[in-house]
Amino acid sequence: MVAAALQVPDAEALGASLDVQGVSHGFLLQGEVLPVLQDVGLRAAPGEFVALLGPSGCGKSTLLRLVAGLDAPRRGRIVVDGTEIAGPDPSRVVVFQDPTLFPWRTVWQNAALGLQAQGRLRAERGRVDAALALVGLSRFAAAYPHQLSGGMAQRAALARALVNDPRLLILDEPLGKLDSLTRLAMQGELTRLWQQRGFTVLMVTHDVEEALLLAGRVVVFSDRPARVRADLTVDLPWPRHRDHPRLLQLRRDVLGLLGLDASW
Amino acid sequence: MSFAEAEAAPNLFRADAPRARPLLVVAGVAWLALAVFVFAVPDAQDLERTELFGGIAVAVAAAAVLAWRFGRTKLLSGVGRLAPWLLFGALALAAWEALTAKTDYLPLPFFAAPQAILEVYTDDWPRLLDSLWHSLWLLLRGYAIGGALGFTLGVGLGCSRTISYWAQPGLRLIGPLPAAAWVPLAFFVFPTSASASVFLVALATFFPVAVLTWSGVASVASAYYDVARTVGAKRWFLVRHVSIPAALPHVFVGLFMGLGASFAVLVVAEMLGVKSGLGWYLQWAQGWAAYANMYAALLLMAVMCSALITLLFRLRDRLLAWQQGMVKW
Repeated sequence: MVAAALQVPDAEALGASLDVQGVSHGFLLQGEVLPVLQDVGLRAAPGEFVALLGPSGCGKSTLLRLVAGLDAPRRGRIVVDGTEIAGPDPSRVVVFQDPTLFPWRTVWQNAALGLQAQGRLRAERGRVDAALALVGLSRFAAAYPHQLSGGMAQRAALARALVNDPRLLILDEPLGKLDSLTRLAMQGELTRLWQQRGFTVLMVTHDVEEALLLAGRVVVFSDRPARVRADLTVDLPWPRHRDHPRLLQLRRDVLGLLGLDASW
Repeated sequence: MSFAEAEAAPNLFRADAPRARPLLVVAGVAWLALAVFVFAVPDAQDLERTELFGGIAVAVAAAAVLAWRFGRTKLLSGVGRLAPWLLFGALALAAWEALTAKTDYLPLPFFAAPQAILEVYTDDWPRLLDSLWHSLWLLLRGYAIGGALGFTLGVGLGCSRTISYWAQPGLRLIGPLPAAAWVPLAFFVFPTSASASVFLVALATFFPVAVLTWSGVASVASAYYDVARTVGAKRWFLVRHVSIPAALPHVFVGLFMGLGASFAVLVVAEMLGVKSGLGWYLQWAQGWAAYANMYAALLLMAVMCSALITLLFRLRDRLLAWQQGMVKW
């Protein structure tokens, strides 16, 4: 595996392997099934960073919900570490586009949500502090969500995910609503966290540059119903520079695949 | 920003500092004038507490002047805001006193003089206090039972399809019925009028609390459940730590509406069957054409209801400190 070779040595022990096998899914819309995913196959090696790109509304987020276990696919299997998934599990945590912090909880209490739900909070309070320190929010532990900026809220949501020591981190356009400067900073932080922790990442994004900057592999989806259109390996070490000629080349290829080459 | 604006800006902050309120002195003088009027002009009606009324006016006048003198201290800085109301109060009382006690212009017994109402408090306070206590005790029992049951059913309706299926038709049919409509049946079915009244108050509270808790739980964003489920939350955790806290703002609207409904049914129940309480006192006073007693009881009842609502809002402010832009009471 190319990506695994570029990472910290024990990454394989921490990250989960993901195998999406022939998954099809659809939604009931006025009595008819609207197909959203069609026979999607996707693999991620332990510790790999895979980005999903595709036209808006093509079903990428639906795939993430299936991998998280929030919904069950109509057809096909999703296998994590050799076992077919049967529901949500704290080892597979999602960070959504909206931080969705609970407004009635402080930042600390929000980050502690997973440990509390699993009945481990009493014994492992230190992990919450550590996760907040990791995302740079220690000083805001007692703040309520409405007191945070958009970037801080998204970092709090990241801390809430990282507390669970996920083996597979599922990111649904996590930086999509941030302003461009915060976004650049958070892209760097994501890379750093991933390299430190060695979890597997599955990330949906609309931003071609972001996908190429962060991911070891970029999977391009077709329009709905989504199929895998291309699977590109980004063979560059991290941290990457956004005007590296190889990235610019790949970016042109990807935009071509998305049918946007004319606009470049 | 110009220099003039820069100079003016600090005044925005200075305005918050305690400052002298000359209006307090004006109010003090007005109360003193009221006292002189009460003492100097002879009563046209047969009244007992004229001296006490005048004495209170003197005391208020003294308090206003003292508040003006020490208004810059932290303790009394808030009193200054009351100055316009103090002044208005003196004028209104003087007019009232003039039209009743001093000239007998407004017909007795419907219009009571200020000192006549004062006399009710000084002479009949044991009975008033007993009535207040009975009303409060009845109200609190019924409200606690109705609120707890309404909240529980509301959460059940929002969280469980089975409960929703079986409880909804009954709630829809019976809920909108005013609790007062149950009065005849309740007094017939229940062994004591007190237990019947508790039932009625509980019923009046129950419906708004149940419906609003239910709508609160139903309107919780599904994203909150998704987030909690992905980090390992199970069903009871979702109810306890997602549904209920997210629905709490709605629950308090229901508790507020329930409190209002419970006041209404309390008074009806006390007027019709219960042999104690402020509602009973009102009825009893009317029977004797003791209008001063009625006004005194009404005022006491108003203070009780307002105090209970204030308490409820305080509780809400504590529990919902994370919310912004709440109505302050």
